Amino acid sequence: MLTSPLARLLGLGLGALLTLAAGLASLLLGATEIPLATLVEAFLAPDPGSTPQLILLSERLPRAVIAALVGASLAVAGALMQTLTRNALAAPSILGINAGAMCFVVVASTLFALRSPLVLVGVAFLGALVAALLVALLGRERGGGLSPVRVVLAGVAVTALFVSLAQGLLIIDQERFESLLLWLAGSVAGRGLETVVPLLPFFLLAAALCALLVRQLNLLALDDEVVKGLGQRTGRVRLLAGAAVIVLAGGSVALAGMIGFVGLIVPHMVRALFGRDHRWVLSGCALLGAGLLLAADTLARFLMPPQEVPVGVMTALLGTPFFLYLARRRSLSP
Amino acid sequence: MTAPRADLILRTADGGLSLRFDRRTLAVTVLLALAFVASAGVSLCLGSQATSPAAVFEALFFPARSDIALIVHEIRLPRVLLAILVGACLGVAGLLLQGLVRNPLASPDVIGITGGASLAAVSFLVLGGAALGEAWLPLAALGGALSVALAIVALSGRGLTPARLVLIGIGISAALGAATTLVLVLAADTTAMQAYVWLTGSLYAAQWREVAALAPWALMGLPLALGLARHLDALALGDDLATGLGNPVRGTRLALLLLAVALAGSAVAFAGGLSFIGLLAPHIARRLVARGHAGLVPVTALIGALILLHADLLGRLAFLPRDLPAGIFVAGIGAPFFVYLLHRWRT
Repeated sequence: MLTSPLARLLGLGLGALLTLAAGLASLLLGATEIPLATLVEAFLAPDPGSTPQLILLSERLPRAVIAALVGASLAVAGALMQTLTRNALAAPSILGINAGAMCFVVVASTLFALRSPLVLVGVAFLGALVAALLVALLGRERGGGLSPVRVVLAGVAVTALFVSLAQGLLIIDQERFESLLLWLAGSVAGRGLETVVPLLPFFLLAAALCALLVRQLNLLALDDEVVKGLGQRTGRVRLLAGAAVIVLAGGSVALAGMIGFVGLIVPHMVRALFGRDHRWVLSGCALLGAGLLLAADTLARFLMPPQEVPVGVMTALLGTPFFLYLARRRSLSP
Repeated sequence: MTAPRADLILRTADGGLSLRFDRRTLAVTVLLALAFVASAGVSLCLGSQATSPAAVFEALFFPARSDIALIVHEIRLPRVLLAILVGACLGVAGLLLQGLVRNPLASPDVIGITGGASLAAVSFLVLGGAALGEAWLPLAALGGALSVALAIVALSGRGLTPARLVLIGIGISAALGAATTLVLVLAADTTAMQAYVWLTGSLYAAQWREVAALAPWALMGLPLALGLARHLDALALGDDLATGLGNPVRGTRLALLLLAVALAGSAVAFAGGLSFIGLLAPHIARRLVARGHAGLVPVTALIGALILLHADLLGRLAFLPRDLPAGIFVAGIGAPFFVYLLHRWRT
């Protein structure tokens, strides 16, 4: 673990470099490899007639931006959830938040034929909120605390609920089966930058919330008694942090469908590196989350050419061993 | 010692064998059995072409005289029977798992058993298993379910404690889901759709062959579950107390897990990835009869069968002429109801 501020800063810098490298790889590698020079040209001397530049700007760039945004959001959301629930296994995908947002969007777009991106984003937030409330309600012990195993079970039950509803709708709406299936699997491909724009204010809002709450989040990690003894009111902090989770996870789903396990793995890696101070945890999560998803998405292009593996599948397959490792540990606190 | 007044006791003359029935359980069982017979009857009568009960009766018992004998015998009857068997198996599998894990949120689909069967079946469909013949599909599914159960046991380590068992099941289940999606995405459109319908759980075009293949599993598994009921009662007291009562806790868990896998795996093999029945049926049963697993097993089986019968009936009739997978309705009605039950159960 890095202890001194300088070491942490260096660590963060190294993380930024890795993420940048993953971003470059995501831009340049794929079915058509694009030389670095074209990337430079695309910005310095744009040429509408050049095919590589077209691929780069209309396909690779949006894809990389979305992957980075979604990865960062999910990782930060996971870190917040692990702190809020004091549960090492908490993550947007495991506690059903992703599934709730996904199901609501599928319902809105099949049954109510809603297409406007902004409306769908709102619907995704609503779905994430409903799922979060359900899990909080169901995961509560008699005494009022959240028991780790119960919360995870509640999350799985809620996920099963939303996924099976969405699956049912998918079968009824066979024409859009394929496009919806990719959504269920989670994918950052095939969307333009214009889908990101309506979400940016929300992501910025969530980032601002995180920045404001950093110190209070550190307190939340302490015992409830201690926090009360320090004269802190945690209710409002929890509420705001919860709102940030909803926005981050719901927004990610609206952009890329269900991508699991990023929110689970990254916070653990970051805590192992930077310790428990949320100033470092959250910024590290944002960086490494973006890097991880960029790398996973790039890798997904090469596993089974010419087909692309949906990135959600990639992260799930990468994340499961990690989940099992955490589940086998003695303690379930983060 | 005098028995509580609510009980009905049958005893052989020398007292060597005695059976005790809880009156409430008995009443509930009888009522459910009646509802069950009625529902099965209605299911046989309704379809794309409704037929009168008298005609169905005639077709059932005097097929030579009836002109709808073919419809009833070859289309509706196997489908109704399959629904009954699958529903009962899934319900009881859920009951066993919930008792085993001591958590009412466990069920074959949550723990990954259904997921294992699904992955195996979908891979079979997509990767050209059809060349081998559809008859091998159930075997593949059962194999998948069994391997998942073994993996869970192996990964849970020596303790086989409930919490760990569930968490590991959940983790494995997530990986299986991802792998299933991967297979689906890589598949050609038509097979992907076919596989997807299978995943949701459908009794469409059920045949006698399938009923005959599932029947032995159900007819052996359900009585066995009844036999293991008292072990579930012991486990419900907690590991320490159960051990104190002379119950080999680990062995019992293993036996219960294997039985649950056999029941759920075989059911899923023939009806696809139906979810929620294993979760719902035991919940409803527990609300109806309070005491002891010996009463819960038959009640759960009946409720599971009833749920699937009605879901399938809805799937057949609601969107005529389309025949929708029963799984949609099980999830659509079952899921919200489950949330309600879960909430009630806590407070």
